[in-house]
Amino acid sequence: MPSFVMVEKCDGCKAQDKTACQYICPNDLMTLDREKMKAFNQEPDQCWECYNCVKICPQQAIEIRGYADFFPLGASVIPMRGQDAIMWTIKFRNGAIKRFKFPIRLTPEGYWKAENIYEGLPEPDYSKIKGPGYFNYEARKE
Amino acid sequence: MEKETCTFSYCQRPEVVEVDTDFLIIGGGMAACGAAFEACRWATPKGIKVTMVDKAATDRSGAVAMGLSAINTYIGENKVEDYVRYVRADLMGIIREDLVFDLGRHVDNTVHMFEEWGLPIWKKSDDGWSLDGFQARDQGKPKLKDGGVPCRSGKWQIMINGESYKVIVAEAAKAALEYNRKALNIPQNHYERVFIVKLLKDAKEQNRVAGAIGFSVRENKVYVFKAKAILCAAGGAVNVFRPRSAREGQGRAWYPVWNSGSGYYLGMSVGAELTMMENRFVPARFKDGYGPVGAWFLFFKAKATDALGADYCAKDTPEFQDAVQKYGKWAEALGTAIRNHLMMQAMKKGRGPILMNTHTAMQELAKQMDTKRLKHLEAEAWEDFLDMCISQAGLWAANNVEPDKVPSEIMPTEPYLLGSHAGCAGFWVSGPGDIPGAPAEWFWGYNRMSTVNGLFMAGDIVGASGHKFSSGSHAEGRIAAKAAIAFILDNSGYTPTIAEDVNALVAELYLPFEIYEKYKTYSTDPNVNPHYIRPSMYQARLQKIADEYFGGVSTWYMTSKTMIEEGLRKLQLLKEDASRLAAANLHELLRCWENYHRTLSLEAHARHILFREESRYPGYYYRGDFDFVDDNNWRAFVNSVYDPATDTFTLKKVPYVQIIPD
Repeated sequence: MPSFVMVEKCDGCKAQDKTACQYICPNDLMTLDREKMKAFNQEPDQCWECYNCVKICPQQAIEIRGYADFFPLGASVIPMRGQDAIMWTIKFRNGAIKRFKFPIRLTPEGYWKAENIYEGLPEPDYSKIKGPGYFNYEARKE
Repeated sequence: MEKETCTFSYCQRPEVVEVDTDFLIIGGGMAACGAAFEACRWATPKGIKVTMVDKAATDRSGAVAMGLSAINTYIGENKVEDYVRYVRADLMGIIREDLVFDLGRHVDNTVHMFEEWGLPIWKKSDDGWSLDGFQARDQGKPKLKDGGVPCRSGKWQIMINGESYKVIVAEAAKAALEYNRKALNIPQNHYERVFIVKLLKDAKEQNRVAGAIGFSVRENKVYVFKAKAILCAAGGAVNVFRPRSAREGQGRAWYPVWNSGSGYYLGMSVGAELTMMENRFVPARFKDGYGPVGAWFLFFKAKATDALGADYCAKDTPEFQDAVQKYGKWAEALGTAIRNHLMMQAMKKGRGPILMNTHTAMQELAKQMDTKRLKHLEAEAWEDFLDMCISQAGLWAANNVEPDKVPSEIMPTEPYLLGSHAGCAGFWVSGPGDIPGAPAEWFWGYNRMSTVNGLFMAGDIVGASGHKFSSGSHAEGRIAAKAAIAFILDNSGYTPTIAEDVNALVAELYLPFEIYEKYKTYSTDPNVNPHYIRPSMYQARLQKIADEYFGGVSTWYMTSKTMIEEGLRKLQLLKEDASRLAAANLHELLRCWENYHRTLSLEAHARHILFREESRYPGYYYRGDFDFVDDNNWRAFVNSVYDPATDTFTLKKVPYVQIIPD
């Protein structure tokens, strides 16, 4: 289905302008049922299972049910994405569990701003704008 | 069939927002983010405005939205010339060597910037094992730019902890845009959820792009952007061919399902010249989940065999000898296409399923390790999926697959059109102009500018220059953006003027709404109605034509002159029916326009295959009537120009020029 939303947990992001899942879905799938104030995946056969809605949901209300064309039932893959690492819990159909933790970034989230993005990098040299290289890099020569 | 027009008699007229900018970046993926980072640095001191428009949220848009477990292009200790040789061999001998060389000499700086921005890159430990991003940091391992040693999975690939790869790269791009916005006091220069559907030509200057038009997928607004230069980085085409999983599972495309051919369509809509649109990519991946195999082959040293345990790529088989006889020296190089071809020979003889022997590879590695290392290795194997193809981890769990105990099935997927991975379908662009041996006519003043003045290309839609991958796409976005700023500075007196009538364009954009609203009450079920076609059904019809006539999975990628001509006849009727696409809401309007984009991308692909009278890419597609590689006549580019006014293509052969010796 790909992604599905659990009725009990979804709070429709408390009637804000748009839900977190709606904001992030790269394929414009997640949408809000304004009567029920619950999010849902409006086109499950176009879901890539990228898990971005699962990772961003503040209520952990979204999970993935594998594509019914070829997924046996009973397994699950659940992420918990923190500031600098992600934890995964994989449950097998036979009940076995595997857990993994991986780094995701080495700078704090939101670290890069207008004020520091070019800090310490050279000013552009306009005499070189038509040659190879970047503002901060001479292209390799061999 | 009566022609429908939108007069806003039935649907609501949208608000039209006009945005004046200088450099417009269309897309939000790796190439677009690279362009924003480079452009804003050059543009800002000169007062040049930079604007990015993305159909999704840039934190998670484009092909890297899910993440990646490796960066596939990092030159490092290798030679740029060898990178060109590798790309040339894998793409069956036809690439723009000037573009590929240029990419290779730039890409490492982009990877160094990723690390600077916080992307965790695996490093080699003192005893030769791998350290993840945290371990490398905690052990004080230097960054790549300071001599840190990456974990190579192949000659060109390095391993990363890439769950947040796109988030990090997007953050840098957004900071760069903010830098430009604040310095020049612009209210907004980053538009999300605005889908650009057409480029617009200049009213005064021939063959020059002046703007772009699109719509918000959140509110009833149409956006008209005017710009002095435009970078198109809107991605390749997925789900143009009927996928192997035709229901829910069609979402599990190997390439991102939202890449709908917009990059190709946008360039074609103003007549930019294409090259190598006959190329496609058919990756062999873990069956159904389409999980990556690269790390299994290259990092874990797993072997793929047929079900009987035989190496189907072995050179002493009759299948290999037959391939060499038909496809010559390119077959001997055993590139990606030929490995697919040999895999299919085994499958056709009933020697499937084809197996990736993960278990023997893991057991072999386990012999060299203690328990702690073995656990790290297991995590590395799972991370490969969890970083970039989470479904595959789920599919293994659902099937109780433990990769250290049993092998897993691999299979060639449906075809994809793209130019940054192991494919090279895209636009003919100017080279850098300073590579010795490149013909003078491959340079027309501005690196990566298309044959339309002011229109630059990067990423998946630059033709004849594959194997860029994520880092190379970002690097190319930077190259193109820098050239675009140079173009703007050289043409400082220019003011863009839109040639077309904006009101007519707005009506064209909203036609699917008008049609739906006009006819929706005619039948009791709005899905079955003789007056229109819903976007999902249109897409199914497009995919069926592509699959059955243009060499999809149902014919084992086989086509021919007669098959393509019949398919094109059916495609023509579909194109006529495209004017009856109907949208009930903004989401469906997005899908309607994505399908227009897919349709023209597919037509270009089919016409190029028809023109090239050989089978250049066995394993990706075959011309049954010319089932051989013919280097004497066809080691050449095929280029085409689409004329939107007449809806016709003009094709030609362009001679190959080899720059880097064998």
